[in-house]
Amino acid sequence: MSPRLTALDALHRALGATMTDFAGWDMPLRYGSEREEHLAVRTKAGLFDLSHMGEITVSGPQAGELLDHALVGFISALGVLRARYTMICREDGGILDDLIVYRTAEHEFMVVANASNAQVVLDALTERAAGFDAVVRDDRDAYALLAVQGPEANDILASLTEADLPALKYYALLPATVAGKQVWLARTGYTGEDGFEIFCAPADAEHLWQALTEAGAPRGLVPAGLSCRDTLRLEAGMPLYGHELDTSLTPFDAGLGRVVRFDKTTNGGEFVGRKALEAAAAQAESNPPRKLVGLVSEGKRVPRAEYAVVSAAAEGESTVIGRITSGAPSPTLGKPIAIAYVDAAFAAPGATVAVDVRGKHEPVEVVALPFYKRAR
Amino acid sequence: MSNPQHLQYSKDHEWLTAADADGVSTVGITEHAATALGDIVYVQLPAVGDIVTAGETCGELESTKSVSDLYSPASGEVTEVNEAVTDEPGLVNSAAFEGGWLFKLKVSEAPADLLSADEYSEFTKS
Repeated sequence: MSPRLTALDALHRALGATMTDFAGWDMPLRYGSEREEHLAVRTKAGLFDLSHMGEITVSGPQAGELLDHALVGFISALGVLRARYTMICREDGGILDDLIVYRTAEHEFMVVANASNAQVVLDALTERAAGFDAVVRDDRDAYALLAVQGPEANDILASLTEADLPALKYYALLPATVAGKQVWLARTGYTGEDGFEIFCAPADAEHLWQALTEAGAPRGLVPAGLSCRDTLRLEAGMPLYGHELDTSLTPFDAGLGRVVRFDKTTNGGEFVGRKALEAAAAQAESNPPRKLVGLVSEGKRVPRAEYAVVSAAAEGESTVIGRITSGAPSPTLGKPIAIAYVDAAFAAPGATVAVDVRGKHEPVEVVALPFYKRAR
Repeated sequence: MSNPQHLQYSKDHEWLTAADADGVSTVGITEHAATALGDIVYVQLPAVGDIVTAGETCGELESTKSVSDLYSPASGEVTEVNEAVTDEPGLVNSAAFEGGWLFKLKVSEAPADLLSADEYSEFTKS
């Protein structure tokens, strides 16, 4: 099957992007140096094509109740034009995907799923909609998604829109006109920086990309690919589905139990996975399983996903105490960093453990996540 | 990107100079390979005196996204390694055919299937 192309495909190629297959989409990995793109987002701004993300619209008088039933969050309590990070779980509590839900109107929500899980989420929502007065619509082809992220993002956007940006809070959205095009403008992102995600018609994507590029270039904006998106989110301690999250883990295993809202008042308080998640919550309280922690290395070798975390640097004396879920050289910290699940006994910040890097044990220090937090 | 005419190339994307008067060739990876790897952050080279074999692993190259084995394009004894790239791995990206060279090798045997610049360009086109 040939990969899907975003509305900006020709533009990426004209910019000389290195393309990569990502969840069935041909996506820009980087345009030049991923390190420079990363640092541009931290210090100026980066422009991303995220059109592979899966938009699903849920509407109708019981749209909120349906989402309360289908997801772990208390979605009907979300204000109109606000957004929330949440998850969809199986009956056994396993995470099917992590999501952002935007409330676009009293009776309408836009659920944004990861590209790799969009079909799974669509199918689950459709199935779980039975009995609710609500409609689940596949809107993956209805939207292109651009993101402008970085300290200059606000000023770049301000030059292209009349929208009241100072009033647009983190995790909120607005219908807006940007560079003459109607869009949903959301103050969300996956980089740890201030920034905006712009949901637009695919036909408008190229115009918006060009307008943002022109407005942003004097302020240091550069096109940015998926490679730096991954190192940015890693520094910001944000989970990535398939790495920190999967169906074998509950939100409590991932240290994200706060997204599970047992206090829902709709559907009699019931939602898919409730029973299993209550048990997971109790276990996390009394006898925590492996915990998700940060690791920082003083060496040069990079702990990569799936490498074993061991108790000590000395081979022969050490036991396996966990595994790496994501690892990369951190452009901001200038040293290798990783996220790992480790036994609770070794999870305290300051502990020294080691990572088996292709047979050699590299000492690493356990640190609290995130590795990077922007000054506000 | 253009591949210098005076070099020979392996299908594992290393380049090799013609031997000098002492029979020593310089080895590096191609710009094509460096670009495919992305920003290189760590280079582990063979040690001086190591005997390396054509097509076999003799070190590793670590980039933001991945770690790759470094192969030797020919067999022989390592006579010198480029300390500059261990200190500044980004040289492999910025000067793959020059300052980003990796090691020097007193060649005992070079494989018969090394490619010319034109053949290598054709090889990497597809």
